[in-house]
Parts: sequence; C-alpha cells; structure tokens
Amino acid sequence: MTSPPPRPNRPVYLDNQATTRCDPRVVTAMLPWFTEHYGNPHSVEHVMGTEAEAVVEDARAQVAALVGADAKELVFTSGATESNNIAIKGAARFAGNERRRIVTVATEHKCVLESVADLAEEGFEPVFLPVRPDGLLDPNVLRAALEVPTLLVSVMAVNNEIGVVQDIAALAAIAKQAGALFHTDIAQAAGKIPLDLTGWKVDLASISGHKIYGPKGVGALYVRRRPRVRLKPLFSGGGQERGLRSGTLPAPLIVGLSEACRLAQAEMAEEATRLTGLRDRLLDRLRATIPDIAVNGSMAVRIPGNLNLTFPAATATDLMARVPDLCVSTGSACSSATIEPSYVLRALGLSDDTAARTLRIGIGRFTSPADIDYAAAALAAAHAGAPAPGVERFAQA
Amino acid sequence: MVYLDANATEPLRPEARAAMLAAMEVTGNPSSVHAAGRAARRILENARESLAARFGMPAQDLVFTSGGTEADALAIHALRAGRRVIVGATEHDAVRSAPGAFTLPVDRNGVADLGTLAAWLLDGPPTLVCLMLANNETGTIQPVAEAAELCRRHGAFLHVDAVQAAGRIVVRLAALGAHSIAISSHKLGGPPGAGALLLAPEVTAIGPMIAGGGQERGRRGGTPPLPAIAGFAAAASVASNAVHLAPLRDAAEAAAVAAGAIVCGGGAARLANTTCLALPGVRADAQVIALDLDGIAVSAGAACSSGKVTASHVLAAMGLGPLAGQAIRVSLPWNATSSDVAAFAVAYRRMADRLRAALAPRAA
Repeated sequence: MTSPPPRPNRPVYLDNQATTRCDPRVVTAMLPWFTEHYGNPHSVEHVMGTEAEAVVEDARAQVAALVGADAKELVFTSGATESNNIAIKGAARFAGNERRRIVTVATEHKCVLESVADLAEEGFEPVFLPVRPDGLLDPNVLRAALEVPTLLVSVMAVNNEIGVVQDIAALAAIAKQAGALFHTDIAQAAGKIPLDLTGWKVDLASISGHKIYGPKGVGALYVRRRPRVRLKPLFSGGGQERGLRSGTLPAPLIVGLSEACRLAQAEMAEEATRLTGLRDRLLDRLRATIPDIAVNGSMAVRIPGNLNLTFPAATATDLMARVPDLCVSTGSACSSATIEPSYVLRALGLSDDTAARTLRIGIGRFTSPADIDYAAAALAAAHAGAPAPGVERFAQA
Repeated sequence: MVYLDANATEPLRPEARAAMLAAMEVTGNPSSVHAAGRAARRILENARESLAARFGMPAQDLVFTSGGTEADALAIHALRAGRRVIVGATEHDAVRSAPGAFTLPVDRNGVADLGTLAAWLLDGPPTLVCLMLANNETGTIQPVAEAAELCRRHGAFLHVDAVQAAGRIVVRLAALGAHSIAISSHKLGGPPGAGALLLAPEVTAIGPMIAGGGQERGRRGGTPPLPAIAGFAAAASVASNAVHLAPLRDAAEAAAVAAGAIVCGGGAARLANTTCLALPGVRADAQVIALDLDGIAVSAGAACSSGKVTASHVLAAMGLGPLAGQAIRVSLPWNATSSDVAAFAVAYRRMADRLRAALAPRAA
C-alpha cells in the first residue's frame, strides 16, 4: 500500500474552476475604492462621484483589452451568470422576429442551459447539441442545426468541468454565415487563453471576476457595436450602463476585476507554461501509481490548469472523504452539493458509474509544486484505501 | 471634501471593512462541498442569519442579490404574475420602471394617498402594490404598515423598497406586514455589489429572474458576492438608526432656510439624515456645481439619474411645480460631524447669495 504523505499546513486548494483566491494585488487595488474613495460613480455632480466614474471607465478599457474588444462594448454586471442571462434572454426578447431557434451545447454551464430552456415558455425553440467524446462541438453538427433559421448560437469558449477549448473563431464564423447571433461564455477562458472577440466576430460574451483571481460579485458582458447587437435588459431601473443594466455600479469590485484582467494579461504566457508543467507533473505522478487513470476531455485543446480524471477503483466522494484537506470537486460548484452525476460527463458518453469515479482538478496561480506533490501522493494513498493523516482533525473542523 | 450625499452611497463602515477583508482570505465557492467551500458557506449563512435577525424574519427567506435595484426587480418579477401593478408616484426608478404600472398619487409632502389606494383595491383585480418605506430624495416616510393592512384586506401583495430606510429606521418584515422588502448594502454603510430581497412566509417559493446554478434555493442564480455580503451583514449589524443625525440635519436645514431655501416634504415624518432644499428661481444643477466647487458634495436627485438635467419626478409628483428643478438633496452620512454642517451652512449661504444675485437684474 502507498504510504500517506505528510499533511500540509492548510488545505491544498485545487478547485480553481469553481472559484479562485482573490489575488492580494487585486485586494490592494480595490481597498481605497471601498474606503476613502467611496463615491457613487453615477453621482457625476461632485468630485467624489466623478473620480469613481473615471476609475470605472479606466476599468472598462482594461477589461476590453484582455478580450480584444473596445471599451464601449463592455457592460458591467454582477457576474457571468447574470451576463449569460442578459445575453441570451436579452437577445431573444429584443429580436422576437421570425427566427425562434436558439442553439446551444449540452455541456454549457447550467445558467446558459436554463436561460435557453426558459425561453421555450416565450415561444422560442431551444436546441441542445451533443459534443464529441473529447468534449468538443463538431462544426458539422452546428452547421446542420443552423439549416433551420436560427436567432442565436451560444457556445462556451472553455468548459468549466473538463477545460476543453472550443474553436470559437470557427464556430462564430459558421453562426454568422447562417445569419445567427453568436454568444460565448468566456468565464473560464478569459485571462487563461488569448481572446480576440472583435477578430472572431463574436456578438456577445460573458466574463466573470472571481474565476480570474478577482472578486466575487462582478462580471461583464461584451456587446458588439459594429454591427450593433441589440438586447432587451433583464430588469430596468436607473438606466445605468446605457439602459442595459440598471443598478449602482460597484466601483471597488470593478477596480478589482480590472486589476485581475491586467495581471492575467501580463502573466498569461508565463503562467500557462508553469501551469502546464504542474498539471503534467500531477498526471505523471498519478499515472505512476494508478496506471489506469483516465483523462476526460481533449488533452490537445485544453486550458493548462484543468484535469478531469476518472479513477479505476474508488468513487470521487470516497476520495474526497479520505483526503479532506485537498479541495477538489466532482464537477461544477453550483451543483456539487447534489449527488447527481455530472451532465457534462454524461454528454461525453460516460456512464453514471464512471462519472461517479471522476474528479475535477483545477490548478491555479497559487498552486505550488509542493501542493501538486501532496495532491498526487494523497490521492494515490486514498485510491489505495488509506485515509490521509489528520483526517480526524479536519473532519471536525 | 464634505460628503453630504449619503443617500447616493454611504461611506463604508469600519466593521464592514474588517468583515470583508476577513472574507477575502477565504477562497472557496460557497457551493463547493470541500473545506474551502464549507468555510465560504459558513460566512454566507452567518451573514444571512445576522441580516435576517436584524430585519425580523427567518434566514431561509432572505435572498441575496447584487443590490437594491435587482432586489426590487426580482420582487416585481416574482410577485406580479397575473396581477395589476400599482406603484407610488415617488418610487425609485427601479420600481417605477415596472411596465404597465398604475401610479398612486402623493400629497404635497410626498405621502402616498391611501384613500385612493383603498378605492382602487376595492373590488379591483388581484394587485401588487409597491410602496417605498423612505424616499431617497426627500426622506419622506410612507405609512407602509397601514398600506400593508389595506393590501392584506383586499388580497393584494405589497412590495416595499426599504433601500433608504434600512439602517436609518427600524425595519422589521412582520411588523410592516409587507410581502417583500428590498434592501441594499451600500446604502447602509456596507460595500456596493450586494443587496437582498426579504420574503414573507407566504411568498417564499418564487421563480428566479437570473437563472442558473440553483443558488439561493433556486431563487437567484450566480455565485454570491461573498466578501460584499460579509461587509453588508457587518454594516447592518451596527446601523440601527439615524436619530443621532437629526440635530445636525435640522441645523443644516435651518441655515439653508435662513438663506432662502424651502424644505420639500418637511411636513411629513422623514429620515433623520435627509433634507431636500429648494432655492426658488435657481436651477438645481447650478447649486450643486457651486457647492462642489466649495468642497461640499450634495446632489440634485437620485444618483442614477444624475447628469441628466431633468426635474425630479419625486418633487413634481408632490405638486411643487418649477421648484422640482430647483431643489438639492442633502443627506448626512453615518459619520457626519457638526463641523461638516457648519461648512455646509457657510457654503450654502455663499452659494444662495451669489446665484440669487445673478437672478436679480432679470427679475428687476
């Protein structure tokens, strides 16, 4: 039996697709905008307001730069879930024309699937396309679906469970050719892979703060200006964000999102190399002790920090229970409290039994080689049936 | 800079700052089941319990949102199905923008006409009434408990925007009798980016406006803004009422009146921190700019519509005619001091004298 490794001082966090630690540099950038410069950015009649307004506009340009957009094309929201809701429901409700079909993919985030499904009640026709066993959408499947005139296509750039990267430029081109709008959820892609929304002719894209080491409670929606994409807001009010999203803009959180985007852009290439090294190190070590471990989703087109692993002889819940100081997950965080198998893995063709033996591992900016070594050894020991040391203490915490 | 625009946003309370900083140290997503997720979940649920206790309701019936506007919108989205909507004439735009809503008139002090409401509810169709607890421009406090009694007698729902009232007067869901209440973090000294909808027991099973993920018991999708929520709860736990600001507000008001101002809504019960001051003949934006140059931050109305030089719909609904475009809002933050008020008094007199002198030749 594999001997359990020494315990780390604190839980090892390998769930960076669920959420990320707010980078201390982001916290530092936000703090003055919480405390001294607390003005409402819409109070443009006094200097406390105008300085907040100015910093929000600087942030807009910074976020735009990361995704290859113009500052005027970005609307701030409370997060990617809200952005996805506004994009999908907003585009459908504004158009309301003879095109009723809305096409998305079975492996999208819950909020995209639910937004599309909800539109059935309003007379739209939701279509959920399958993916290939490697998690990628076959362009020919999309082309076939678009033979029926389609209002909107929504395909995420990077999957939140298996990390595979769709060819957004190619898929957007197919959608445009068919006269459909193209939306992409880039919550898991922004800051991790280069994005060129303008060049790719994407119409709508959703961004999250807390997936890129920024704060929770802020995100953005990219809305193409040329040609202009029109949306109906999800809710009305003070008319902020050109009427698309009412409510006081949380200036400090927006500053945090901006700083997170700046850091991600500056460090993207170097970080990708480092994360790839850590991921390969983890996979190599696990394979050395568990040769039959399987990776779900394409390894060729995948973000560097993600692994989705099926273990041959232990369930994910058992593994997690045996290594409570290792923070990994069975799938998307929003649904991870439920025991139901991941619908993403089902869409890849995995049986429920196989899905139940699968873990999502998200390596991130604050993951060290020592964390990886601990994770590899602890998972190997847990797979062999041994609880890691210190379980009692963590179980009580 | 003397900041007297608290109704646009309150300065952050130190308790909120401390709670946020602590929450930022916790990485997890509150929906994750591992140790980091459970630590995040504890912060979220502690905040929910603390806020619920503050507002006199069960924790499970409190839905976190991104702010007051979303909370108002969610309430209307969830409660209006199959119902006529009646909104007070002085409501915030977040409520006033409800499509197809009927407008309930107010009197000269901004108090809703409950006689008219009673007449409308009598034998009317099923109705959702939206009535704010305290107005953002004048501070006028509405007779919400009486309105709730009327609504319940006639089977109507009552949604209450308590964004400006929460933290300044006592707000308890059951005592008010409302079906739902919207509150906002940054209006009570917490950070921006968080709010909540408080639901009465009979309306807790509401559908989401933002779908996906199943958070907030399926009532609001999206990862909750954890540090902001921690700051929100900490601020609410120390923001009990604003009565200590009444003498300061009264002093500011008296100084402005001595310089020629008329108090809008002064005849009603008001928030202790707010006064709405009209200076006859002088455009509101000119007053605000002059005061800003003199180091005093006030506003000409709601912050969201700031920048647009339009007359206040609140003051217009109160029948104030041209004065609706000639009034500024002075709202004292929780940490206002007597020296702030003294500086305001001097600046107001200077502003009033100068701008009214400019009017004089044309008047003569």
